[in-house]
Amino acid sequence: MKIRIKFRKYGNLKYIGHLDVQRFFQKAVRRAGIDVAYTTGFSPHQIMSFAAPLGVGLESNGEYMDMEVNSFTGCDDIVNRLNRASVEGIEILSAVVLPKEAGNAMASVAAAGYTVRFREGRAPAFDWRGQMAAFFARESIPFVKETKHGTAEINLKSGIFALELREDDSIYMLLNASSAGNIKPQMVIEAFLTAYQDTLKENALLITREETYTNIGTSEEPVLVPLAAVGLENVYA
Amino acid sequence: MTAQDKSCPEGTQGSPDAYQRKLALSDDILMKIEKPARYIGGEVNAVMKKKSEVDMRIAMCFPDVYEIGMSHLGIQILYDMFNQLEGVWCERVYSPWEDLDAVMRKEKIPLFTLESQEPVKNFDWLGITLQYEMCYTNILQILDLSGIPLLAKDRDEAFPIVIGGGPCAYNPEPIAEFFDLFYIGEGETQYEALISLYRECRQDKLGRKEFLRRAARIPGIYVPSFYEVSYHEDGTIASFSPIEEKIPAVVVKEIEKEVSSTYYPKKPLVPFMRITQDRVVLEIMRGCIRGCRFCQAGQIYRPVRERSLEMLKEYALAMLQNTGQEEISLSSLSSSDYQKLPELIDFLIEDCSKKHVNISLPSLRIDAFSLDVMRKVQDIKKTSLTFAPEAGSQRLRNVINKGLTQEDILQGAALAFQGGWTRVKLYFMLGLPTETEEDIRGIAELSNQIAAVFFETVPKDNRVNGKVQIVTSTSFFVPKPFTPFQWATQCTKEEYIEKAYLTRNAIKEQLNQKSIKYNWHEADTSVLEGVLARGDRRIAKVLLKVYEKGAMYDAWSEYFDNEKWLSAFSECGLDIAFYTTRERGLDEIFPWDFIDCGVSKEFLKREWQKAQKEEISDNCRKACQGCGISRFGCGVCVEEHSYQKGSVYENQD
Repeated sequence: MKIRIKFRKYGNLKYIGHLDVQRFFQKAVRRAGIDVAYTTGFSPHQIMSFAAPLGVGLESNGEYMDMEVNSFTGCDDIVNRLNRASVEGIEILSAVVLPKEAGNAMASVAAAGYTVRFREGRAPAFDWRGQMAAFFARESIPFVKETKHGTAEINLKSGIFALELREDDSIYMLLNASSAGNIKPQMVIEAFLTAYQDTLKENALLITREETYTNIGTSEEPVLVPLAAVGLENVYA
Repeated sequence: MTAQDKSCPEGTQGSPDAYQRKLALSDDILMKIEKPARYIGGEVNAVMKKKSEVDMRIAMCFPDVYEIGMSHLGIQILYDMFNQLEGVWCERVYSPWEDLDAVMRKEKIPLFTLESQEPVKNFDWLGITLQYEMCYTNILQILDLSGIPLLAKDRDEAFPIVIGGGPCAYNPEPIAEFFDLFYIGEGETQYEALISLYRECRQDKLGRKEFLRRAARIPGIYVPSFYEVSYHEDGTIASFSPIEEKIPAVVVKEIEKEVSSTYYPKKPLVPFMRITQDRVVLEIMRGCIRGCRFCQAGQIYRPVRERSLEMLKEYALAMLQNTGQEEISLSSLSSSDYQKLPELIDFLIEDCSKKHVNISLPSLRIDAFSLDVMRKVQDIKKTSLTFAPEAGSQRLRNVINKGLTQEDILQGAALAFQGGWTRVKLYFMLGLPTETEEDIRGIAELSNQIAAVFFETVPKDNRVNGKVQIVTSTSFFVPKPFTPFQWATQCTKEEYIEKAYLTRNAIKEQLNQKSIKYNWHEADTSVLEGVLARGDRRIAKVLLKVYEKGAMYDAWSEYFDNEKWLSAFSECGLDIAFYTTRERGLDEIFPWDFIDCGVSKEFLKREWQKAQKEEISDNCRKACQGCGISRFGCGVCVEEHSYQKGSVYENQD
């Protein structure tokens, strides 16, 4: 049986990397006494898959991890056990049972929503609030990307599904997070500032990933839903 | 008392009402430096306490980077022990890596502990573990970044008591001036008494000096400021004595006699980031019966004391449950000598295979039993087998009392090759006393013979990739205090390098040279390690000087700068050769002679003389050698032995 776990990564644990989070869960699952399935072979490992990696320095309210279990004790029980085995900085929010045909967490990711704030004193000098809508309405949003062979200009436009200024001065953005077309929030802000002849100050952004989405529509007409929505909630043992 | 009595009480670890943690470093700094996870604390099983409920704050330091320090068992034992004590909160601190070190100096950020993130300077004690000599400059880094005066004499009531412990405390003299006190021996026994004394002195406002004076009377405690050294004209020690009455002339090491019912962590820390030894460590016994003459651990941790099977089973289960680790490692100086090893391993294999936990078994003698065990617990395709003959010829192995014969090695290798292993690691030392060119060639020849055994035992069709891989590594022998070789002269850098070349060339001449890969250790650090290991109080000024020049992380070859050390020695007017290549007389007073490590100087002398006659000594279980440790009345000394009681050494202590 395949379980999808949704969790939050916050506070001081934003300084641990994606590999550390994976290792944390491998151990937490053992401490929690969850009957996780292992691969066969001489060095078996837990059958686990993580959704989109989160960069160091970012917080998240919508991280996902899938795992295969041999026996099932109920969604609530899994959440409670994992939270008891966890530490401040990682909180398990929900567990759902995935239908057999569901793809793994990593392959399922289509988009992610982010809240982005400028740190105090590090906002751009121009009227960024006033210009945001116009920027998003542009036909092309060029961004110069560093590659192995130097730099390449890409167009972010098709990967930005939403970009809006919120009342608390934060910016909400919904971005392509698929393995093929992943866009980082900082890229959007950099493109925005470049368009207005400004540059981003060092460590200027506070970024929270709010949710990770999968596409249950088609590639032409996408329907984005949270990764947990494809599973069954409140399943009891 | 049962093992359970001293396990950590529930509720003190990570309780939700524990005080909220604000990090000492700003987000800007954490986002700029490498591996910020080194500095945030908050790991699984980290202990948080309410400040209002503790009156004794201890900062426990391993003076190297987090990944190294977190891998150390001793600190985990002490951390667990201290935090079980009422009103005591023990936290951790490690050396900031070079990048953060620079930021902290520039921005004047005081060094902080990982748990509370508060400045070390505000703690009652700063305990520093001394595991290897090349970390001595990092001790100065720790003190400096903490804002604590480097010299103990410059510290007033405002500063923590700086305590040193661990194997290098058995010759504390080169760093004596930086410490208020040293704890000689195993930490389980006297810290409670020391804490009580500290609280008493604090309450009665007796001051730092009076606390130290009284501490010096606690067994195992050495307070350098109450001792005076005088020197002969030739630089050797003329006298070493206390300067006050009631201060003991000799400090006897402390040992835990009841190793099966003492402190041991059931909830070891689990780091977020990958560290050097990322596994549960089960210390199955202390000490070693073998008595290799170069080995300091084999002498200072005497006598051998085995933990009970019941304790080990209980702790293995608890530690795996509380950490979720995927691997458990058995730790001791010579695991094959643990008498109930088969039972322990059977139990672990039974339990661990269910949980998909790997078992790691370092320091096992290679024989039919251990190969059988390893086949069960390891993937033989991925692992290599390690032999440590230490010397290339039987003659030299007799000199160093390494009870491993060529026959043992070749038979072990044959069994291993039959069992499917194709990779063998061999460890040797260069520069051992009495070593000749012939002994060095023996290293190459033995490596070659092992390769030959492979081709003889494994038919062509069964060879994986058709090859065998022998990795031969040599380190340079460094004489250490409290070993029979403490009188030995050390090689010069040039001699070391010549020996390494000789080894390399001899390997190249072998028939199977293509199957042998040769690695050798750096010579510069070995020379300095020797100076610091057998150094005296005068070395402190060299350490200060070289630290001033920017030396730090000397154990890391990318940071070690020999030039800085050489110029520091010459500026201080001290001669490296005095500490390394000089012949030491049998009656010379050594800087560490005031410490009684349980093993008598007479015994060490006997062993030194036997070494020169190429005579071996039996291990403790075969025949007591009268080393002197039996007066501690525990461990192997009180076991039922198969040998005849009333042997020559029985009553000699």
